[in-house]
Amino acid sequence: MSHKQRLLVVGNGPVGHQFLESIVESGCATDYQITVIGEEPRPAYDRVHLTAWFETRQADALNMVADGFYATNNIDVRCGEKVVAIDRNAKTATTDSGRHYDYDQLVLATGSYPFVPPVPGHERENCFVYRTIEDLEAITAAAKNASVGAVVGGGLLGLEAAKAIKDLGLKTHVIEFAPRLMAVQVDDGGGALLRRKIEDLGVEVHTQKNTQNIGDGEHCVHKLSFADGAELETDILVFSAGIRPQDALARQCELEIGERGGIAINNYCQTSDPAIYAIGECALWNQRIFGLIAPGNEMARVAAAHILGNGDDKQFTGADMSTKLKLMGVDVASIGDAHGNTPGAKSYTFIDEQAEIYKKIVVSESGKHLLGAVLVGDADDYGNLLQFALNGIELPEHPEAMILPNIDGSASVGLGVDALPDSAQICSCNNVSKGDICAAVQGGALTVGDVKSCTKAASTCGGCTALVGQVVNAELTKLGVEVNTDLCEHFPYTRQELFHLIRVGGIKSFDELLEKHGSGKGCAICKPTAASIFASCWNEYILENQHAGLQDTNDRFLANMQNNGTFSVVPRMAGGEVTPDGLITVGSIAKKYKLYTKITGGQRVDLFGATLDQLPVIWKELIDAGFESGHAYGKSLRTVKSCVGSSWCRYGVQDSVGQAIDLENRYKGLRSPHKIKMAVSGCTRECAEAQSKDVGVIATEKGWNLYVCGNGGMKPRHADLFASDIDTETLVKYVDRLLMFYVRTADRLQRTSVWMENLEGGLDYLRQVIIDDSLGICDELERDMQSVVDSYQCEWKTTIEDEQKLKQFRSFVNADDGDKDIVFVEERGQIRPANEEEKQLNNNLIAVA
Amino acid sequence: MSWTTVCTLDDILPNAGAAALVGDTQLAVFRVDDRIFALDNHCPFSRANVLARGIVGSVGDTLVVASPLYKQHFSLEAGHCLEDDSISVRRFPARNENGLVQVQL
Ligand code: SRM
Ligand SMILES: Cc1cc2nc3c(=O)[nH]c(=O)nc-3n(C[C@H](O)[C@H](O)[C@H](O)COP(=O)(O)OP(=O)(O)OC[C@H]3O[C@@H](n4cnc5c(N)ncnc54)[C@H](O)[C@@H]3O)c2cc1C
Ligand code: SF4
Ligand code: FES
Repeated sequence: MSHKQRLLVVGNGPVGHQFLESIVESGCATDYQITVIGEEPRPAYDRVHLTAWFETRQADALNMVADGFYATNNIDVRCGEKVVAIDRNAKTATTDSGRHYDYDQLVLATGSYPFVPPVPGHERENCFVYRTIEDLEAITAAAKNASVGAVVGGGLLGLEAAKAIKDLGLKTHVIEFAPRLMAVQVDDGGGALLRRKIEDLGVEVHTQKNTQNIGDGEHCVHKLSFADGAELETDILVFSAGIRPQDALARQCELEIGERGGIAINNYCQTSDPAIYAIGECALWNQRIFGLIAPGNEMARVAAAHILGNGDDKQFTGADMSTKLKLMGVDVASIGDAHGNTPGAKSYTFIDEQAEIYKKIVVSESGKHLLGAVLVGDADDYGNLLQFALNGIELPEHPEAMILPNIDGSASVGLGVDALPDSAQICSCNNVSKGDICAAVQGGALTVGDVKSCTKAASTCGGCTALVGQVVNAELTKLGVEVNTDLCEHFPYTRQELFHLIRVGGIKSFDELLEKHGSGKGCAICKPTAASIFASCWNEYILENQHAGLQDTNDRFLANMQNNGTFSVVPRMAGGEVTPDGLITVGSIAKKYKLYTKITGGQRVDLFGATLDQLPVIWKELIDAGFESGHAYGKSLRTVKSCVGSSWCRYGVQDSVGQAIDLENRYKGLRSPHKIKMAVSGCTRECAEAQSKDVGVIATEKGWNLYVCGNGGMKPRHADLFASDIDTETLVKYVDRLLMFYVRTADRLQRTSVWMENLEGGLDYLRQVIIDDSLGICDELERDMQSVVDSYQCEWKTTIEDEQKLKQFRSFVNADDGDKDIVFVEERGQIRPANEEEKQLNNNLIAVA
Repeated sequence: MSWTTVCTLDDILPNAGAAALVGDTQLAVFRVDDRIFALDNHCPFSRANVLARGIVGSVGDTLVVASPLYKQHFSLEAGHCLEDDSISVRRFPARNENGLVQVQL
């Protein structure tokens, strides 16, 4: 029996490791005697996510090697050992520790090293590069005694390094030789915008600066002197001026090397010596070096297949260098021929200076094919555009539509994933095609998470995650698998289905609903949802015995519960209008009960710090003074904000305050899937911010413009123009229909914006339903709304008039005492909840009970 | 130990809770159909005395109350938190004695 083939891998970086994994996956690892030697003190780690080291400062978090990987597969791993010479005749490699390793096949995966420009002074202390975990440890240590940091190089890695330095709390500079940032990936326009965005983050950018000397600084450790005479002082310097292939060993053993470095390889990743392969960033294919992980991984797979003798069909044929990144929180993407170098290429550019977005596409002379693209500030189109470019898919007649925002709400010219061929590469990092993902779904992977773990798609740079999700969902739909949209474990229905069951079945209590359609005892998801649907359908008093226990935190006591268990009180002030007497009443009540007062973001007054037992007495006084519940606690209409309008404002063209008050009074108390907010502005100056509301109304000379489905909050969205120059009657008709349609069909806790975006056909469809009555339901929607309007009651008025209900508002069922643990301190002349420390110190505490 | 009567069954809404004061201890007393459970009213997450105001329901076979502020679930029968097994609240023996709600502590 002949000895096992000896396979030696030099370099234990991500690509070297991918090579080992490919061998192991083939199941043939035990046919070989495998050794991997790496110069770094630890086995392969995820260099692509190097910067994430700062999050934990633990090297382990970046580890790429599965537990037991080397032992199980009988791989000999050597860390902290550097190969210094190769003898090709004897087929041995010698390391810096003097050991010799024989090989039958040798794989060079030595990667690259950062280029440090030979500027005088570059070897001074506190000068670093950004490539290994040790580099980051050294930078972090030095940053402790530094206040200014500078990065030489404004490319991709330079910006990443700058972000890290900024996050270490240093004043940060980026110095770039070229006239723009990321010169390789983006063009002038994109570079200019990128610069602005990065400067907005407080990083100073210096372009066209040629560093000539690094010497002693006056205020800082170093002083940099530039060719144009300018100077800059910094304590820390990081060089990120490009990478060079690590080809020292190849030079030493005289393998063929490219003119500007790199180990020359053929399509099988073999060097000029057929027993030696080179893969990853050290390899030069077709005169090109690939400084990205995806092509390196592909080379590793090709070399493994070739060594295993798995046919000649697997070859390396170049790679796409498209990239999508989030640099310092700025989306940047570059696809293919970003600079339009192809003869005859034409380009389209879209710049939105307001939103700081830059988009450019480069198309072929015929206008039929996408050659390249640059996106800065908004890279949502990346996946879509990349598929057009990679698969040569024919462009629509007006290619510019692909990057123009769809202002009129027309469906964007997205390419449904259905249009992609099975061979389309979805995840380039891990070479996963659409076909692979579909196969995984057919094999039982039903979520993006499952698909991620069995195909590795979306597990590296993450740029493809959205697209992977779309493919998974499309395939599930095709297979007839329903994506689980059950409300919760107690009801196998969506909110929309539950609404239907309740309405059609005339169901009025949770017990009945559970008995007919659910199981278990219910929970904090289905109970409030059911309560909200009951209220939308039947509009009964929400604290009726059968409903009270279903209500979510704030609805249960008709007040918003605060962090210390007290409540806030918000009387309605429709349209934000309040009389002086009203204000005085509110003020004197607040004073009497020692409540904290504040003007809310919704144009009214909030009184904080009431205990449970105080709520009814406070509300009694408010109601006696003519106030009613503001429903600040409900998933219901909150406020209709207004601007002062034509009554006072010199520009106003309609009575916006009057309109806001009418709308607020009409829809107050309407329970809905989520809260609803509105605003009315008296002219296009838009002082009421109507375009950030679920329903926004802006006065015109001829009537009103209606905007719908906007919101502020976590993910702000501007409202879309729905109808123009309509009269008040039409306005109310449309809003009635729109809100009722929303109440019927939205998911739980879905604001109107997300609801509309998820309706197939989007805004256009909504217009058809609401304006053209395409479903023939408008009469019904209006009738339903009218019945809610007619059955309105002030819940607080009902409550204080009902002795039985008032019992629910005692702090204790068996005692008149209050909660002694509720204590406040004074701040700026008012109360606020005492924090734990203040409670411990027990100084100047204000108790209510 | 003796039983303390805190209220009648009708004083607590079906499948909901009410706070009760026994000596200096604030209790959250829950009624599930006609069964009674008692826990501390103090929520260890929000540090406010609010558990009685939470929604009562079930997770699998476990009867629970969801804390009204940050929605962690506590077992009505055992007092432990379902989201974090290192956290629990005290539970007290409780019963429905012919329409009287009684607890022991
Ligand atoms: C009191 C107030 C802050 C203030 O002091 O100004 C406030 C307070 C709360 N907001 Fe708000 N929001 C207040 C105006 C706003 C606004 C401004 C506005 O309405 O113009 C917004 C952005 C506009 C919007 O909603 O589109 C706003 C966006 C949110 C969000 C995010 C909603 C989203 O869709 O992303 C939440 C969280 C949620 O609802 O899930 C929230 C949730 C909350 C809650 C209910 C959190 C909670 O459950 O405890 C706070 C209740 C405190 C209380 O006791 O009243 N609040 N909140 C404002 C009350 C307005 C009112 O008079 O009713
Ligand atoms: C901060 C940062 C961010 C990045 N972000 C991205 C990104 O978003 N997307 C992307 O595609 N790419 C990115 N990259 C590039 C990516 O990390 C590289 O393409 C990838 O690491 C190349 O892998 P490699 O194994 O070929 O080389 P390397 O990772 O350089 O590994 C080579 C290993 O060989 C060792 N070695 C060298 N010579 C010897 C010797 N003589 N003896 C023993 N061992 C030796 C080295 O010490 C090293 O550990 C980023 C790189 C950095 C530094
Ligand atoms: S922004 Fe956050 S903290 Fe402030 S009131 Fe709104 S919900 Fe509360
Ligand atoms: S493209 Fe990078 S993870 Fe898929």
